[in-house]
Amino acid sequence: MSEIPILTLTTFLPLIGIFFLMFIKGEESFVNKTSGYVALLTSGIVFLSSIFILANFNYSNPDFQFVEQQDWIFNFVNYKVGVDGISLSFILLTTFITPICILATINSVKIRLREFLIALLLMETMMIGVFCSLDLFIFYLFFEAGLIPMFLIIGIWGGERRVYSAFKFFLYTLFGSVFMLISIIYIYFDAGTLDVEKLLNIQINKDYQKYLWLGFFASFAVKTPMWPVHTWLPDAHVEAPTSGSVILAAILLKMAGYGFIRFSLGLFPDASIYFGPLVFTLSIIAIIYTSLVALVQKDMKKLIAYSSVAHMGFVTIGIFVFNQEGIEGSIFQMISHGIISSALFLCVGVIYDRMHTRQISEYGGVVNVMPKYAIMFMVFTLGSLGLPGTSGFVGEILVLIGSFKYNYWIAFFAASGVILSACYSLWLYRRVVFGKILNNKVQNLVDLTKTEYLILTPLLIMTIVLGFYPALVLDLISPSVEKISSNMVNYLKFANLGN
Amino acid sequence: MAYLIIFSPLLGFLIAGLFGRKIGDLVSQVVTSSLVGLSAIISCYYLYLFISGSEALNFVIFNWISSGSLNLNWSIYIDALTAVMLVVVTVVSFLVHVYSIGYMSHDPDKPRFMGYLSLFTFAMLMLITSDNFLQLFFGWEGVGLASYLLIGFWFKKPSANAAAIKAFVVNRVGDFGLAIGIFLIYKYTGSLNFSEVFQSIPSLVDKKINFIGIEGNIITFICVFLFIGAMGKSAQLFLHTWLPDAMEGPTPVSALIHAATMVTAGVFLVVRCSPIYEYSAISQSLIITVGASTAFFAATIGLVQNDIKKIIAYSTCSQLGYMFFAAGIGAYHIAIFHLFTHAFFKALLFLCAGSVIHSLHEEQDIRKMGGIYKKIPYTYAFMVIGTLAITGFPFLSGFYSKDAILEAAFFSSNSMGSYATIIGVITAILTSIYSWRLIYKTFHGNYRNENYAFEKVHESPLVILAPLFLLTLGAVFAGFLFKDIFIGIDHQVFWNGSIFFKEKFVLQHPPYWFLYFTPVVGFLIIFIAYYLYVKNENILNQLKETHKPVYEFLLNKWYFDEFYEFLFVKPAKTFGNFLWSKGDEKIIDGYGPNGFARIIKIISDKAVLFQSGYLYHYAFVILIGLTVLLTYLII
Repeated sequence: MSEIPILTLTTFLPLIGIFFLMFIKGEESFVNKTSGYVALLTSGIVFLSSIFILANFNYSNPDFQFVEQQDWIFNFVNYKVGVDGISLSFILLTTFITPICILATINSVKIRLREFLIALLLMETMMIGVFCSLDLFIFYLFFEAGLIPMFLIIGIWGGERRVYSAFKFFLYTLFGSVFMLISIIYIYFDAGTLDVEKLLNIQINKDYQKYLWLGFFASFAVKTPMWPVHTWLPDAHVEAPTSGSVILAAILLKMAGYGFIRFSLGLFPDASIYFGPLVFTLSIIAIIYTSLVALVQKDMKKLIAYSSVAHMGFVTIGIFVFNQEGIEGSIFQMISHGIISSALFLCVGVIYDRMHTRQISEYGGVVNVMPKYAIMFMVFTLGSLGLPGTSGFVGEILVLIGSFKYNYWIAFFAASGVILSACYSLWLYRRVVFGKILNNKVQNLVDLTKTEYLILTPLLIMTIVLGFYPALVLDLISPSVEKISSNMVNYLKFANLGN
Repeated sequence: MAYLIIFSPLLGFLIAGLFGRKIGDLVSQVVTSSLVGLSAIISCYYLYLFISGSEALNFVIFNWISSGSLNLNWSIYIDALTAVMLVVVTVVSFLVHVYSIGYMSHDPDKPRFMGYLSLFTFAMLMLITSDNFLQLFFGWEGVGLASYLLIGFWFKKPSANAAAIKAFVVNRVGDFGLAIGIFLIYKYTGSLNFSEVFQSIPSLVDKKINFIGIEGNIITFICVFLFIGAMGKSAQLFLHTWLPDAMEGPTPVSALIHAATMVTAGVFLVVRCSPIYEYSAISQSLIITVGASTAFFAATIGLVQNDIKKIIAYSTCSQLGYMFFAAGIGAYHIAIFHLFTHAFFKALLFLCAGSVIHSLHEEQDIRKMGGIYKKIPYTYAFMVIGTLAITGFPFLSGFYSKDAILEAAFFSSNSMGSYATIIGVITAILTSIYSWRLIYKTFHGNYRNENYAFEKVHESPLVILAPLFLLTLGAVFAGFLFKDIFIGIDHQVFWNGSIFFKEKFVLQHPPYWFLYFTPVVGFLIIFIAYYLYVKNENILNQLKETHKPVYEFLLNKWYFDEFYEFLFVKPAKTFGNFLWSKGDEKIIDGYGPNGFARIIKIISDKAVLFQSGYLYHYAFVILIGLTVLLTYLII
């Protein structure tokens, strides 16, 4: 298998698509149409090639597979990629969501479509890169470079306050990342390598671990986002165009969760144990605080954005309880949130495209004119509030079970967020979909088009399939998670002995 | 064949849900009804198997979640307890499906309605056939969803939407308790499969933990939290507020979900977990207290309500209280027996009420009824039989089950037993009063509705009356036929381990005065109520005037809704607004990003001044710099 550099190929395939996109010339409608096809084709091929990786993936091996290595800048930076079950599941999420995003973009964006698609494909490369890089420097490059296309997407195709939001997003995340960069540089001088596989087997000095952990934490916490550095997210979501929101919610946020699992737990186990309570406190505040804030929102996208923060609170809790149920639950929750929240943003996009407002009060009675849309939206709402039988439930329950095993207070508070999520989700749904039609514009709405069906149906299927058969993801991640978790449990025992 | 029980309602839901518009109203009604009917027939066959002594069966469908030491299957587990529940659920559901064909005949959304009913049936079946706590939780929330969808079925009515959300959210509060209970079980037994959990429970008897700051026995904590879940689903005191509001849904829904099946899920949970509850005397006392109090409290409210469905809803609430305190005193089989008989007569009462409402063109206020028994004689007859059954008229089904509960309470060794007995008897009397009040106000006296002419009142069609007739059979014979099997001396042969008794449960014979007291009083009330509600209404009107505060208190349902609004709903919204405007926008953004931006702007505004562009400014700065540097070097 090592003959074909399949990971590199998958990562950089979107760039080839971009190359072709640049040469499309002619009338605007022709450019739009052709570039749509090219982008769709590219992302389709990328998806297939990630499926090819999955097909050749050895499920029982907890270590990195498909590893490729290339010297790059002296011995300082090596280009090294590889995947284990955890990274592969995120790569699949990325390649699955991107074509949907591209389709949604073609469907709703009319201005500078080609440039938008280029940005999306560029994002895809960066995101796949983040998940498969096995060298800290490469990881950092992908992690940061992903900001730029997103910055452009918000800043160019966004709503009224797009410039403010784009800068807020950019500066917030960049600010966090600076600390991560410093930590990475320190690691290089301390350990002499940035090779993740090697670093995972090296013990970093316990005292320094704390500072390094904080450096990484600063970056990941902003990106997750954790309370109180979450305020960029609602703004970014509100102003971003639909597919921007989708990418942001589905994948960009997941980079942080992935980073926590791979680097915070992997490289700094002692510090992770030390700072666990901090993470729990912030996460619990996030869950309850943002749920309450979501309860009073008047803007649909803002409501979903706040609910994202609450959902990511579950993710961070699950990671730092270190047991297998918790970590698997977190990963599952991220995948599930990736699917469900993108679907919710797309659902909002569907009616936004028709009505050009996100205010909840402008709607009401949508079900009368869009019954099929109402069903779709209902399923995703239920997924978001974690109804059993949808993917949202499995992640939440695993995280809660795992955290309850670790410390019941955490689970106790976190579980109360489940009640609140029912309140705001159903409230949103009721105000928008049910009731009588009060606004005349709603009367003229038309139900889902074929393209919109095509966009939402795969997400609907995944939401339900993963709810009933979560083994699809759990089998993939479980060996790698077991390795991480048992490692952490050892450290935990050691830490407890020390006290 | 067991698969058919579960999956034929699901199939019905999918057909009606996906293709309802294409195949038309009639086809989807026939398809869903017959699929549930099929499921009912097989269920009855399974009950027959268990009566003739079959062992528990477990069919594993496929693996659901496995993570760490958690390993759960989708499964169909059938033992005697499940078999009884299967019959209750599928038979009532089938009859309600058929009834709905007639009842919803004017509704434009028939396939959707039938689909929801089938979805509910599927979720309920998943709940009762589970072999582990998580699948039970799946069914638990699934029926909650179906209930939400059906309460809000008429989505144009704001009150229906509000009631639907309220039902879901209040249930979620209960589910929160259930979830905590499940987590406790997993943490201390390492499993969520019933058989494994029940095996390891005896070893936990003396283990104490400190949980949320309270020191106590693990088993007690588990029991209490599971019971909170049961309270939510079964509308027990404090978590009952959603049930009366749930009457916003179409009447068949009230009969199926909010009377016969879903609301009894809490009782089922407690009985299913009898191997846990038997080891915790404290939580048994708690169940008795809550159950008995609910029985009483709901009955008092039922006395003064004027909405025909709300009266029956409070009656349901009250009867569930009976079931709970039966379970609390350890008479699990009697609780299930009452659940069984109650399903028939309560579904009957609701569907009769539906028939009345149908006849009076959507009128639900009993103050606007009266004297219609001649116009709708069949409905009247069925409803009287249902009322006789619920009030425990001798030899009807309610008589056997309710008296058994009172007798069991009478001999209970639990400290709360005597409380339960007294409350139980009082509530039985109250039950008779409100039930007959309903009958007399609805069917007797003068017709009092000005908006709908008396001549237009019409009897319901056969498709509505046929299910009523079958339920009437159930209400009459269910007690008599099954009492020996379910609660007779040899009841343990039938239950065959599906209900756990720590000590052998023997029902003793109470003194004769106790045995005769309730039926006799119940019988007398028929006439007293006739006098008070039909012949001479002045007495009660005077009573109302002289005790206005009490009347208002009852009419407003003990002010629970207002209290919760004040305690939870308003503060949550205010707090949410506060966090958003003050927390996020003022503090975090104000001092965080926007603050930084402001400070940097101030600094850079100052810094700009340095770049004045005048050469002598720069020369001057260089000079000062040099001086400072030199001074430093020299010293």
